[in-house]
Amino acid sequence: MHDKTLAQQAALLASGELKSRELVDHYLQRIERLNPALNAYLQVDAEGAREQAAKADDILQQGKGGPLTGIPIAHKDIFCTQGIKTTCGSRMLENFIAPYNATVVDKLNAAGVVTLGKANMDEFAMGSSNENSYFGAVANPWQHDRVPGGSSGGSAAVVAAQLASAATGTDTGGSIRQPAAFCGVTGIKPTYGRVSRYGMVAFASSLDQGGPMARTAEDCALLLQGMAGHDVRDATSSDVAVPNFSSQLNKDIKGLRIGVPEEYFAQGLDSAVADSVTEALAELERMGAILKTVSLPNQGLCVPAYYIIAPAEASSNLSRFDGVRFGHRCENPQDLEDLYKRSRGEGFGPEVKRRILIGAYTLSAGYYDAYYRKAQQVRQLVSNDFTAAFEEVDVIAGPTTPTTAFVRGEKTDDPIAMYLNDLFTVSANLSGLPGLSAPCGFVDGLPVGLQLVAPANEESLLLNVAHRYQSSTDWHLQSPATID
Amino acid sequence: MALTTDDIKSIAHLARLGLNEEDLAPLAADLSTMLNLVEQLQAVDTTGVEPMAHPASATLSMRDDVVSEHDQRDVLQAPAPSLQDGYFLVPRVIE
Repeated sequence: MHDKTLAQQAALLASGELKSRELVDHYLQRIERLNPALNAYLQVDAEGAREQAAKADDILQQGKGGPLTGIPIAHKDIFCTQGIKTTCGSRMLENFIAPYNATVVDKLNAAGVVTLGKANMDEFAMGSSNENSYFGAVANPWQHDRVPGGSSGGSAAVVAAQLASAATGTDTGGSIRQPAAFCGVTGIKPTYGRVSRYGMVAFASSLDQGGPMARTAEDCALLLQGMAGHDVRDATSSDVAVPNFSSQLNKDIKGLRIGVPEEYFAQGLDSAVADSVTEALAELERMGAILKTVSLPNQGLCVPAYYIIAPAEASSNLSRFDGVRFGHRCENPQDLEDLYKRSRGEGFGPEVKRRILIGAYTLSAGYYDAYYRKAQQVRQLVSNDFTAAFEEVDVIAGPTTPTTAFVRGEKTDDPIAMYLNDLFTVSANLSGLPGLSAPCGFVDGLPVGLQLVAPANEESLLLNVAHRYQSSTDWHLQSPATID
Repeated sequence: MALTTDDIKSIAHLARLGLNEEDLAPLAADLSTMLNLVEQLQAVDTTGVEPMAHPASATLSMRDDVVSEHDQRDVLQAPAPSLQDGYFLVPRVIE
């Protein structure tokens, strides 16, 4: 039953052919057997999951269930969950139990979803390989010596290894789409503000956005429906009406104008990945879409702008970890300054420290205009590029990542090489636009991702294109040999 | 732009981040590399471009100014490392 999609499982639950309790027990057994080699789950809440499943079965029995009732998922460990730990992949929060649920968790609970546990991640969502987790790296289910991507690497591995029906993730510079591409799953970063950030541990507040990761676009539509919506607890939450994401899935894409940015196929892109993506674009063309070359002239500036803006916001956000109110506290502090410095020095890992320092530096007196203000101006130029491109096309398509999943340890000593994983994904965060990654082939047994980007609030269009593509291809239905 | 270990020390102090002596040199090298990466922005002409702070600047909304939270002090303080009588305890600040 684990090889069925969320939508198929939902149908079986609705008809009574399958009980949520059975599905949950089945996943718990799989997790026990497969997770030790993957390290995708940091924490499994078997008791809580069984309770939620029993409740869901009652609701389904009464015929009052919705499409997510009784569906078992994993939450990225960045979402606060009352009663069970939320570590954010950090020693700083090793024993932190949040006093409240994230809005995403509350909403999905209300929709009847069952939480199996919390998924591993790069510390404070900073990383592209999941190697920055304080609790150990995650193996890519396709080849265990490869990284699953990051920062939502645990979530992607959980879905790829079929250890839950779906998972939540967050994306600040590509952290849903890049691991989705590396693990052969489908993931969508919604428009900024579409999903509430309340209770989602903050990394870079003007870029962070939560979203679903699942086997198919259809499944993502169902999960996103449960996550999206205005939230008074998040001042940047969007009050734009949430459409029915599933209702547009089957719309014909004949005549749809797909923009292919020439800059995405330039330097840095692996040629075999380029071939897979080109073939996926040809398939969309055969389905009736019109391909058109477009230009995003400032594409090359996205990574540099991102690596000023994201660390600057992070250094500000992470100042809350002071060893006083919650989180790690050092032993025997001599005075208040010692308490701050040692608690933070011990609690944060190397990549988090690098970003706090670079952020503090670029925000410091005398450097603000040269770095932070400049990056925000470039951010505007990047955003303008998209606005201009969307005058000519409906959606933009290209590779999600420059390469397939790399070997663990390969890039740990070179932060810049690691940052270039985000080459094609950060622009959507800078601009606040929705982006999706869907499996579109394999290179040497490793999945390749096709990225689609749409204008703000057009998640339905992304899900529509991806669903049509998945209706005529079966890349998304392949599963790793290591998981059975 | 190359940062020295002294630069790292002063930035770390600003960020109240305790570092080990042996980490200073590698951090100076890493941060200098990061600054070189972002240096290319300086070549871009951004004259007259309004800085974009946020993608949602147009959608910020106001809520009614009414009480929406009740007292949850005990619950909210539960994760604190050290408490007494509802106060967070820190080392003595005033001698």
